Amino acid sequence: MTREDIIKPENLVYKRTPVLTDATMHYCPGCGHGVVHRIIAEVIEEMGIQDNVIGISPVGCSVLAYNYFDIDFVEAAHGRAPACASAIKRLRPDTFVFSYQGDGDLASIGCGEVMHACNRGENITMIFINNGIYGMTGGQMAPTTLEGMETVTSPYGRDPKIMGHTMRITEALAQLPGTYYVTRQAVYTPALARKCKKAIRMAFENQKLNKGVSFVEVTSNCNSGWKMTPVQANKWMEENTLKYFPLGDMKVDGKFDPKFIERVATFDQPNETIFSLRKK
Amino acid sequence: MAKELKLMKGNEAIAEAAIRCGADGYFGYPITPQSEVLEHLMAERPYLTTGMVVLQAESELASINMVYAGAAAGKRVMTSSSSPGFSLMQEGLSYIAGAELPALCVNVVRGGPGLGTIQPSQSDYFQTTKGGGHGDYRLITLAPASVQEMYDFVELGFDLAFKYRNPVAILSDGVIGQVMEKIMIDDYKPRWTDEYIEKNCPWAATGHRSTGKHRIVTSLELEALKQEAINNRIQAKYRECEKNDTRYEAIQCDDAEYLFVAYGSAARICMKAVELARAEGIKVGLVRPITLWPFPTQAIKEIGGRMKKIMSVEMNAGQMIEDVKLAVEGKVPVEHYGRYGGVIPTPVEIFEALKKMVK
Amino acid sequence: MAFKGALVIDTEKCKGCGVCITGCPNQCIGLSKKVNAKGYNYLEMTAEDKCIGCASCAVICPDGVIEVYRAKE
Ligand SMILES: Cc1ncc(C[n+]2csc(CCOP(=O)(O)OP(=O)(O)O)c2C)c(N)n1
Ligand code: SF4
Ligand code: SF4
Ligand code: SF4
Ligand SMILES: [Mg+2]
Repeated sequence: MTREDIIKPENLVYKRTPVLTDATMHYCPGCGHGVVHRIIAEVIEEMGIQDNVIGISPVGCSVLAYNYFDIDFVEAAHGRAPACASAIKRLRPDTFVFSYQGDGDLASIGCGEVMHACNRGENITMIFINNGIYGMTGGQMAPTTLEGMETVTSPYGRDPKIMGHTMRITEALAQLPGTYYVTRQAVYTPALARKCKKAIRMAFENQKLNKGVSFVEVTSNCNSGWKMTPVQANKWMEENTLKYFPLGDMKVDGKFDPKFIERVATFDQPNETIFSLRKK
Repeated sequence: MAKELKLMKGNEAIAEAAIRCGADGYFGYPITPQSEVLEHLMAERPYLTTGMVVLQAESELASINMVYAGAAAGKRVMTSSSSPGFSLMQEGLSYIAGAELPALCVNVVRGGPGLGTIQPSQSDYFQTTKGGGHGDYRLITLAPASVQEMYDFVELGFDLAFKYRNPVAILSDGVIGQVMEKIMIDDYKPRWTDEYIEKNCPWAATGHRSTGKHRIVTSLELEALKQEAINNRIQAKYRECEKNDTRYEAIQCDDAEYLFVAYGSAARICMKAVELARAEGIKVGLVRPITLWPFPTQAIKEIGGRMKKIMSVEMNAGQMIEDVKLAVEGKVPVEHYGRYGGVIPTPVEIFEALKKMVK
Repeated sequence: MAFKGALVIDTEKCKGCGVCITGCPNQCIGLSKKVNAKGYNYLEMTAEDKCIGCASCAVICPDGVIEVYRAKE
């Protein structure tokens, strides 16, 4: 069978979704932002909601997300996407609304807005890209930066005594009664990417139920900030990040996952794992 | 349209006007002396009647960004606060101006700096009329001097905001916010329909891509030349606004030899001082700027140009006086009289200050 | 039942990150020695006959570069 025999419309199994525009994304090679954009766009296509959805982009590397989705978009000030999404959903309750934020945006400068949008139980979808660093501004420390990890503002490694602890904000949000679905996903293997898509689909479908925030954290990479190749970065994430930020559901249909409850019970233990990004 | 007479506080008038003019949403955070706006809205529950959304936000940062996004989605939305809260909103106001969105923001000013006092003041004149946030933008600023104007300026504010796609501020103060006066209120007007918004706000991100193209609301443009072009477009709007929507009131200016320039509650007090002065034979008039930006520069140049001396009466240490001086271009001496830190001047002390100036 | 797959690669959009290569179960893709207009070594098929059209490469490509076809052998 030749290539020409195979490449026929009836044999098509995967194609770039038309909910993405033709623009080439400005992200660094291998950046998880692109994968998550694509997954969100595919979910929007599959749900048939392209003409009834509004996205909110953050300040961070994904500030220009609006150029890549063929849907209406509002670009928020740094950290304020949850406030923006809350207002739009309340003013347009029949429209699907999602916010998209990085970890500096969501967990640092926008910590108040995300907490309160979750606490109010806004009927929205939140996508949270946790790459443990400020990608856009050149690799500074974020609240989610791992202990011991080197960044340009923690060049000797993050020392929690003077720089604070690695923040598990998603775990904190899961405890708020306003969140209905809270999960942590990743996209660096095909299996994980497929699973993440299911999670994001559920997070959008939940808006039909009007039961509160559906929150999907995607633990991601920042090759430029971490100063690694994309493939190295994914491996490093698997070996380090996921130990402190394990994947899995925390809350489904408004109920805690039993494994999550077990894990929370260990949060008073000292953090044994000290990570090191790379010794100079 | 049926009108109704009602006794109301200035802050309540803001809230009532919002419901009755068909506003879509209010987002605010409590702060004295303007909390009655949110309190009145929560008591009236317009979400059960007109469908207007009312939300107590977690902070002024959140409320101004809720306003930003609501406006981006084509809705008539507003917030209110007092000085410290309004300071927190400055980044958001800059974004609203940068993204060319219509929004209404009320500041019931209290004395500062810092936490200051909860007593009335006009010390946020600079912040409101000269910028406050970053970048080359202006707030169209309405200065009510009565509870009736508090009411009327809500709908006017929305109209101007949508006309120029720019944030509009109502710069009030604790006197006008707290005082009770009889006012005429309108019948309820319906909120805009989705069809109306799609047709009249093609820039809005309504989610429906009715134009076949996705709509993006942003204040970001990385290319300097394109950003300059956006600035040029915004500046052109400002020149139009200066030409068409500068408002002021001239009181007893025709035969006057001296002039007060004052806005808001200071103007109300000056009206009394004009009476006192005229009873003693001092011919004094009053120009009351109604829009503080655009400032009635031309009117003050013309009227003020005929005067022997001008006094800028403000509840601050001397802010608007700079615009009055610029208007008369040094041709007429301009003095300032002010009380601040929450102190309200009396008509008698303004009259005494005038007598000193006349001497 | 055996399947046979084929890819259409938008080489100009490819950034040569190599993430897809790690996702392929059959080691049938690799980076070209040639570069595209942006200077990236783009993705190419290295063992066409081994591709089963599983789309694993496509679902982790950040840039939506890969189109996948699959036919019964
Ligand atoms: C008020 C304000 N403060 C600071 C910045 C600068 N800034 C832009 S993006 C960013 C951090 C973004 O990091 P993150 O949210 O983790 O996104 P990433 O780029 O990693 O995806 C900062 C600090 C800003 N734009 N606005
Ligand atoms: S800097 Fe990091 S987060 Fe930003 S595009 Fe590059 S890899 Fe992605
Ligand atoms: S479709 Fe599957 S087998 Fe073919 S190249 Fe992609 S990952 Fe490999
Ligand atoms: S994942 Fe996409 S961008 Fe990266 S090498 Fe493969 S095809 Fe190219
Ligand atoms: Mg980040």
